[in-house]
Amino acid sequence: MTEGVQFKTASDQSLLVYFGQKVTLDAHQWVRKLLQLLESEPIAGVRNLHPAYCSLLIVFDPLKLRHGELEAILSGCLRRLTAVRLPAARKLEIPTCYGGEFGPDLEEVARLHAMTPAQVIELHSSVTYVVYFLGFVPGFAYLGVLPEPLATPRLASPRRSTPPGSVGIADHQTGVYPFSTPGGWRLIGRTPIAMFRPGENNMSFLTIGDRVRFTPISVAQFAALQHP
Amino acid sequence: MNSIQIQTPGLLTTVQDLGREGFGPIGVSISGAADPISLRIGNRLVGNLENAAALEMTLLGGRFVFPEGAIVALAGSDFGARLDRAEVNVGASIKVHAGQTLQLGATRSGARCYLCVQGGIVVPLFLESASTHILSGLGGFEGRALRSGDVLQIGKAHEPFRKRTIALHISKHLFPRNILRVTAGPQLAWFSKSSRHSFYSATYRLSEQCDRMGLRLEGGPILQPNHKAMITEGVSLGAIQVPPGGSPIILFAEQQTTGGYPKIANVISADFHRLGQLRPRDEIRFELVTLEAAQSLLIEQEKLLASGESIRE
Repeated sequence: MTEGVQFKTASDQSLLVYFGQKVTLDAHQWVRKLLQLLESEPIAGVRNLHPAYCSLLIVFDPLKLRHGELEAILSGCLRRLTAVRLPAARKLEIPTCYGGEFGPDLEEVARLHAMTPAQVIELHSSVTYVVYFLGFVPGFAYLGVLPEPLATPRLASPRRSTPPGSVGIADHQTGVYPFSTPGGWRLIGRTPIAMFRPGENNMSFLTIGDRVRFTPISVAQFAALQHP
Repeated sequence: MNSIQIQTPGLLTTVQDLGREGFGPIGVSISGAADPISLRIGNRLVGNLENAAALEMTLLGGRFVFPEGAIVALAGSDFGARLDRAEVNVGASIKVHAGQTLQLGATRSGARCYLCVQGGIVVPLFLESASTHILSGLGGFEGRALRSGDVLQIGKAHEPFRKRTIALHISKHLFPRNILRVTAGPQLAWFSKSSRHSFYSATYRLSEQCDRMGLRLEGGPILQPNHKAMITEGVSLGAIQVPPGGSPIILFAEQQTTGGYPKIANVISADFHRLGQLRPRDEIRFELVTLEAAQSLLIEQEKLLASGESIRE
């Protein structure tokens, strides 16, 4: 796997590896494979890895590694990628209470697409999503692909704060806010599940490559799951 | 165990070390001290390893009591510190006797001052680091900025007091500068010639809305590149991203790991510590350097810091 792979200097201590410039499952698999290889056989001087849709950012110590050296090592890794075996994807469910105070943008999203809120819920919970990567903040999973009729631009001005567990959509993506953070995604529901649980083995509820479905639940079920 | 009592915390005081590496795949950036060089120097002044956890104060310092005494040092900006009534200098080790109070005020220079203590501040590590990640409420002391009444543990003292001061040429080197050096960002080619020109000729002012996650700039807006939509990708510390409104944002200590805005430039590693000393309303400019120049500047800086003459005993 070396064709179509592009290296780009992002800063004096980081390098981007692009597997094309499209959000595809194929590119996603290559990102995962390179990530897995670099996690199991760390390169000396590499400090952090930031996976994304079709790229991996490699942050390194510029006193220990140069871009050219890293590219040479990576070229060797890329030649071995085809042989990397990924673990079978986990299948997970995210119980979600849609609309009302939990999904303040549900009605607006429905209006934008000339649907009823029930149709938006039906469509959003009808598909199995792929966790393309975790990014932005700890435990935030970028899930795709949102059904085309639901693709919605971000809010013109982001909220200063979104409640933890908020389920949002933006363009062709959906995701769950693990923390109360500023955010421009349109909020259609909320899950009682903690997406980031420090101290537990799987700190992040979701992992890159997981398959995820949203299951509609009632306000009562939400309360029951939140305080079992 | 010895302790520090927080009588007043100051504006935003957090426990910080040099951050956590290797957790990017779950969305965790390295984070840590906003001015890592000041933290490293402060720790060396008290005889700690450079990575020991210390208190990072922002713009306005706090009042701290040491019931059992301690060996401390302040590093970074001058917050007009006093030990009981006596003025104390930034960049020197100080012997604090049992019951003495260290009082800091408003900054007289840059944005951040570090209070380093021999033995380090002891907090439970989160993902191998003592750094506070304010946004997620994780790490540091209870995942938050310090409050009045908090009591923090100090690690064991490991050597007797030694008078150490930072060498003048190091202080001079670290003096805040308003021209930040940058290398080309990964989407530089997306920006028109005139956008690039205005980026490098404009004077930007730091917005009041700056935090540890990002430094928002006000000034001549940059025209959005006429290009297809950006696919979210990994972003680096010091990346200068340009959202649709055209006002650049510098990704800072508590940076997000990925982002969807094009990046016109990236602050060089040798200037990261300067980012940590910028205050709201400070005016800055950008100067483009080559990748090779950025690397040489960092190597020179590290040589300067590593030399035996950087700290005088």
